[in-house]
Amino acid sequence: MSEIPNSFTLDGQLVPFEPGQTILQAALAAGHYIPHLCSSPELKPHGSCKLCTVVVNGRHGSACTAHAMPGQDVQSDTPDLNGKRRLQVQMLFVEGNHFCPGCEKSGNCKLQAVAYDLEMLNPHFPHFFPQRPVDASHPDILLDRNRCIMCEQCVEASRDIDGKEVFGLAGRGLASHLVVNSPSGLLGDSALEAGDKAANICPVGAIVHKRVGYAKPIGARDYDTLGIRAQARAAAEGEGP
Amino acid sequence: MFDLETAANPEKLRRIAIDPVSRVEGHGKVTLLLDENNKVHQVRLHIVEFRGFEKFIEGRPYWEVPVTVQRLCGICPVSHQLAAVKAMDIIAGFGPLPATAEKLRRLMHYGQILQSHAVHFFHLASPDLLLGFDSEMTRRNIIGVVADHPELATQGVLLRKFGQEVIRHVSGKRVHGTGAIPGGVNKALSAAEQAEMRGGIDAMIKWSRDAVQLLKRLHHGNPEFYNRFGAFDSSMMGLVNGKGELDLYHGGLRARDADGAILFDHVDYATYDSLLDEEVKPWSYMKFPYIRAIGPEHGWYKVGPLARVQVCDRIPSPLAEVERQELAALGQGRPVHGTLLYHWARLIEMLHACEVIRDLLDDPDITGTTLMAEPGPRVEEAVGVIEAPRGTLFHHYRVDEHDMVSFCNLIVSTTNNNQAMNEAIRSVARQFLTGREITEPLMNHIEVAIRAYDPCLSCATHALGKMPLEVELLDAEGRLLQRRAHNMAGAA
Ligand code: SF4
Ligand code: FES
Repeated sequence: MSEIPNSFTLDGQLVPFEPGQTILQAALAAGHYIPHLCSSPELKPHGSCKLCTVVVNGRHGSACTAHAMPGQDVQSDTPDLNGKRRLQVQMLFVEGNHFCPGCEKSGNCKLQAVAYDLEMLNPHFPHFFPQRPVDASHPDILLDRNRCIMCEQCVEASRDIDGKEVFGLAGRGLASHLVVNSPSGLLGDSALEAGDKAANICPVGAIVHKRVGYAKPIGARDYDTLGIRAQARAAAEGEGP
Repeated sequence: MFDLETAANPEKLRRIAIDPVSRVEGHGKVTLLLDENNKVHQVRLHIVEFRGFEKFIEGRPYWEVPVTVQRLCGICPVSHQLAAVKAMDIIAGFGPLPATAEKLRRLMHYGQILQSHAVHFFHLASPDLLLGFDSEMTRRNIIGVVADHPELATQGVLLRKFGQEVIRHVSGKRVHGTGAIPGGVNKALSAAEQAEMRGGIDAMIKWSRDAVQLLKRLHHGNPEFYNRFGAFDSSMMGLVNGKGELDLYHGGLRARDADGAILFDHVDYATYDSLLDEEVKPWSYMKFPYIRAIGPEHGWYKVGPLARVQVCDRIPSPLAEVERQELAALGQGRPVHGTLLYHWARLIEMLHACEVIRDLLDDPDITGTTLMAEPGPRVEEAVGVIEAPRGTLFHHYRVDEHDMVSFCNLIVSTTNNNQAMNEAIRSVARQFLTGREITEPLMNHIEVAIRAYDPCLSCATHALGKMPLEVELLDAEGRLLQRRAHNMAGAA
């Protein structure tokens, strides 16, 4: 049991938290990175990608949904958990069509950044090469479902922040896919606007602004100099006292 | 499949999946057809082309194309990027590029020419030329050159590396960077990057000059052989600038006939499809382009270094221009058509590329920070053309109102040279086939002729020189007389 009230241990290190914070929020605030893809500070956590799975007092749970409690013993950065995370990320890669070398999100993509962090060297599984429609009907926004990892962030952002419900997930399992709420099912007929949160939250290159891809040169992209883990640390230090 | 996924330690198992993008054939096959008198009647060089790529591009957003088309080629990705982006500049509605943007693109392009020509000459061609066509296969590679001519081999490596560094400074990576985007470029060149390259360029110019001198010494040692090897008359095509000078980045199309007379000049390349047509032959995946006005039988042409240095009136850099004149003098007023002279022309271009790089680095515009043109109204269709290391490269796109590519047609350099390569092989086969037998020397000579064109037979593997060559001999009735295969020399 830790001595400071409102703290827990993460991989043996003491992490303070504010009442109400999740384990992931407290860890990130203290500069400790736990891999995650479907949660974002601006959204209510829904725990779908399972990448943030940690072991809390001997039991597996999602760090993005589990509340921080005094004295918890949390394991995250272990070979076993990271190995499982790597497999999960590899599955995400082969389930969609993620061609990093040509993708405009390359260098700015959270999926790619997490893959690097987890030292994923190959896709391991055979690619599914699914057929997924691209929706270019919107004047400013491109929806390329090939790259969607179904994290639901756009769904939530549209519903909870933009108040529009433009996106939804339909189908189950491998048939899951992102649908657009409009008479034609096309983005161009929806209420989405370029300034909406939903148009700016996608962690991968599935919802992108048109005509501006590759504007950031290699070397100046989000993850070119600092990896996603180092950035989490730097962000916490920047906001610290 | 499922027992693998549910195996105890799936991460320890290996799966090999065939990626359709990387599925490129690395195989050169030549068929020699004899006539009743056992003379070579026809030659067929079989090359698998990458037509599938056009389908891959269709349905993708236009701004993505300059980056993704680079996957077409592992040796000249920058050429594809620039040909595509030149078309997309127009499609996106951008006006003229700011001076800095155009010069940075030129810098990257001439870096590409330098690195590709250096790889070609030092890695692929010099083993044949320096060690002899019939020298032992296991020695006829860059390792053999290193053993016999260590200094030269080192220079070759450093020339290539310099070209790659130029590309990296502009595009962010040595291969498959970004750099050029519709309307301009995405990164300014820093003063430090400029200084670094400027510090190295004089040595590159000197070594390129030395390489031209070396080629001339080889030629002077056996001029008859060099001039006649794989020689055949043909028209030639390439880009020239408004003054009729060599320009590898931009210009109008010019063609000359075998005697040097102008066939067409300063043609806007956007009209290429009214100028050229492509013939389909049942035995080849690769089309045969020809000049419409002349027709398929005689309208084919050569592209690439030997065509370019003879299509232009002059080369706009002093050292290379002197060399061009010397090569031109060989023909005594008529263009030269020997296949081995491609190497000579290629080295002149390498020297020119170094001179251009130096001049660009000395130009104050090169470190400017105005990188993007002014946007204007969108256009539906455009063509981008560039002189890639191996010759004229056409990219033609249509983009729909939702910004998606709806049509794509590419004519790559190797396709432009398709008939010319067949003619070169025929010429060599006529010279070196005796009786009805494929001898090792015949194989070697065919290989040397193909290599002079530096075809993109297989983008990934040919750089390593591991391309297998298969030659088959058919009699007048089409019966197979003999088949022989070997790995092309150059494999290290
Ligand atoms: S489009 Fe992007 S934000 Fe929306 S579910 Fe797919 S990956 Fe997540
Ligand atoms: S981030 Fe916690 S489950 Fe996705």
